[in-house]
Amino acid sequence: MRFRSLALSASLVSLPVAAGAQAAASARAQADPRVGLAAGWPDAQEAIHNLELVAHRPRPEGFFDPAKPGDFPYAVADLAFGGNYLFQGGYHGIQIWDIASPASPTLRLGFVCPGGQGDLSVYQNLLFMSVQETSSRVDCGTQGVADSISAERFRGIRIFDLTDLGHPKQVAAVQTCRGSHTHTLVTDPKDAANVYVYVSGTSPVRPREELAGCSGLSPEEDPNTALFRIEVIKVPVAAPQEAKIVSAPRVFADSAGAIAGLWKGGDHGPGTQTTTESKQCHDVTVYPELGLAAGACSGNGLLLDIRDPVNPRRIAEVSDPNFAFWHSATFNNDGTKLLFTDEWGGGTQPRCRATDRPEWGADAIFTLAQGKLRMAGYYKLPAAQSETENCVAHNGSLIPVPGRDIMVQGWYQGGVSVFDFTDPARPVEIAFFDRGPFSATELMLGGFWSAYWYNGQIYGSEIGRGLDVFRLLPSEYLSKNEIAAAKLVHLERFNPQDQPRFVWPASFVVARAYLDQLLRADGLRRSWAAPVVRELDRAEKLTGEPRRTALAALAARLERDARGAGDPARVQSLAAVVRDLAAGKR
Amino acid sequence: MIKVPRRLLAAALAFGLAIPPSSTSSRHPASQAPASTASPRYTAADVGFMQGMIPHHAQAVEMAALVPARTAREDLRLLAQRIDVSQRDEIATMQRWLRSRHQMVPNPMAAHEHPDSAGRPMLMPGMLTPQEMAELAKAAGTDFERLFLTRMIKHHEGALIMVAQLFASRGAVQEPEIFGFASDVDADQRAEIARMRTMLNAYSVPKREPQ
Repeated sequence: MRFRSLALSASLVSLPVAAGAQAAASARAQADPRVGLAAGWPDAQEAIHNLELVAHRPRPEGFFDPAKPGDFPYAVADLAFGGNYLFQGGYHGIQIWDIASPASPTLRLGFVCPGGQGDLSVYQNLLFMSVQETSSRVDCGTQGVADSISAERFRGIRIFDLTDLGHPKQVAAVQTCRGSHTHTLVTDPKDAANVYVYVSGTSPVRPREELAGCSGLSPEEDPNTALFRIEVIKVPVAAPQEAKIVSAPRVFADSAGAIAGLWKGGDHGPGTQTTTESKQCHDVTVYPELGLAAGACSGNGLLLDIRDPVNPRRIAEVSDPNFAFWHSATFNNDGTKLLFTDEWGGGTQPRCRATDRPEWGADAIFTLAQGKLRMAGYYKLPAAQSETENCVAHNGSLIPVPGRDIMVQGWYQGGVSVFDFTDPARPVEIAFFDRGPFSATELMLGGFWSAYWYNGQIYGSEIGRGLDVFRLLPSEYLSKNEIAAAKLVHLERFNPQDQPRFVWPASFVVARAYLDQLLRADGLRRSWAAPVVRELDRAEKLTGEPRRTALAALAARLERDARGAGDPARVQSLAAVVRDLAAGKR
Repeated sequence: MIKVPRRLLAAALAFGLAIPPSSTSSRHPASQAPASTASPRYTAADVGFMQGMIPHHAQAVEMAALVPARTAREDLRLLAQRIDVSQRDEIATMQRWLRSRHQMVPNPMAAHEHPDSAGRPMLMPGMLTPQEMAELAKAAGTDFERLFLTRMIKHHEGALIMVAQLFASRGAVQEPEIFGFASDVDADQRAEIARMRTMLNAYSVPKREPQ
């Protein structure tokens, strides 16, 4: 999140809209239960569709100011997950929730340690925390740092040892020139002994008198400037106290070696957005199994080769005339699509009003093939929000439904939205949750910082209201089998910027999920599908050799029929699951 | 001048004083001593920055207002429109910040001189003198275009100086709001300076204004 409006506000934004389109938009608006919800804190009116809110936990004692629900210093922010624990970062510190029973999260620890939004990542017994602000202290104190040059100041990455969960122990604190607005934990598939942290710093560079080597000069004045780079910290897992910066990749350099090689002024002409300067990344999402990273870097979206995690190499970059601030990125599971978010207005402004253009402050979905990105479509929260609701695209994750690209995303006070972007040109909303504004008369900072799927549930981090847990419900857009298949994917940990590849076990429910998809899209004729469903049911009740024989026969039939099917790839996927079931794979 | 914002409960929450819901055991991490219980507060430097930046921004709005009548260049008109909108947004933010802390809120439409501690009018860094404003208002055509960009660059560079001075002030920039705001002003003004330099280079035979 950025503190305030980035560039444009309503006067430039409300472009003329044809009367017919306006009427259509207002008809849609009237039909959507999210429009016009009553304000309140903590008792705003709610609208929910195809989700069930199974638990809500307000911010615990000490992590809010009852007199000022939208108070910035107590905003809670992003999430990370490890085992049965949810780690919630924020401006005032860390909350650790036990989610062994997801419908009743219990607070295990509230840990005061201010320093900015406090993004977290978790790896085994280690917890990583971003620290950005000049008031942050090495010792986590709340009193700030008065001197402009001080050894007490900490800006960078803290590493805590969580071996005793009730007593996090700071084992390393790696100082950086610009602090850490966000960071990305990077695992290396070839090296289990080390993890890496990509540090995205967005704030002014601190004086070199405070940290040697720091320079905030332009590249022309100083080729060693701390601008126009990310930092890479190497962390030996067994000796985290030895964590240190090992490289500072110039991800914006051009082929001639100019450090500031990408950004061309960010101006795309009348009627478009201008972007901020590409001299830092806001957030980097890595997908180690693909050897790729996506950098959401202020004025550009980058694609990086990270097979050598210490030396990420840019292989593609994009800009977009409708983007103001490249904020975050999510790959689809097979790495054929890449979704970037645009945090137009910095997250503190109302940017989902009926007058705001649907391709501004939205997700931009690109297709990805042979290292090339191609723009395909936009997704924006389809329900207009009010003037007192800060709202724009923000953080989310994939939901592991096999055969489809489905994501859940937080939109600040716009709520939580679940959508399908399998067809990147035509994303479709599946489910949502929204509360009315904190206040009907005043814009108070609030809403969903992020919403993520983790091992069967959706967890939402609400800046001023705390933690929400949702269950996804079957609907015309998503079947019971598809949800059950998503729940088969179990992760040991989930750091949203470190994307794992989802793999589904061979299971009848996965086969039925594919069948449901084929039927929904009419990729199979019903007359053809009915015996397949029956045969699958029959085989499931068998055991031993008869089961194997039945499944092998069904797989052979599916493989044969795939060739003439409307959606051959999906029938192939179905056939592959049945083949694996026949082979007894789990 | 300095008011300490009352952060309820914050005083009770020194470092490491963790809040388990059902435990009374001490939560001090072994490696660190508990720190002081005071909360970061804003200082006279923070207040002065906000109060000084309002007339600074207001002058940018006034400069931008000169553009439509003096040039037909679409890129310059668009730049002026964007400056107008973004500076107004920021002025509103600064006014909110000051008002919620019960500080004097300068009227951006009043004189652009910011009184110094002795009450004398003082221009914030980068601001045009009344003479320079008058020159700009009198200029036309390509002269105006170059003069506008040159002086707006200088004006924006003044904001960067103000941010740098703020960060160098003892006790300043300790609140998350002002940290975020000052960081964003710094980033956005730099971006706009870069944009304006590119435009200035693109305009034929750029003539440097004597500084």
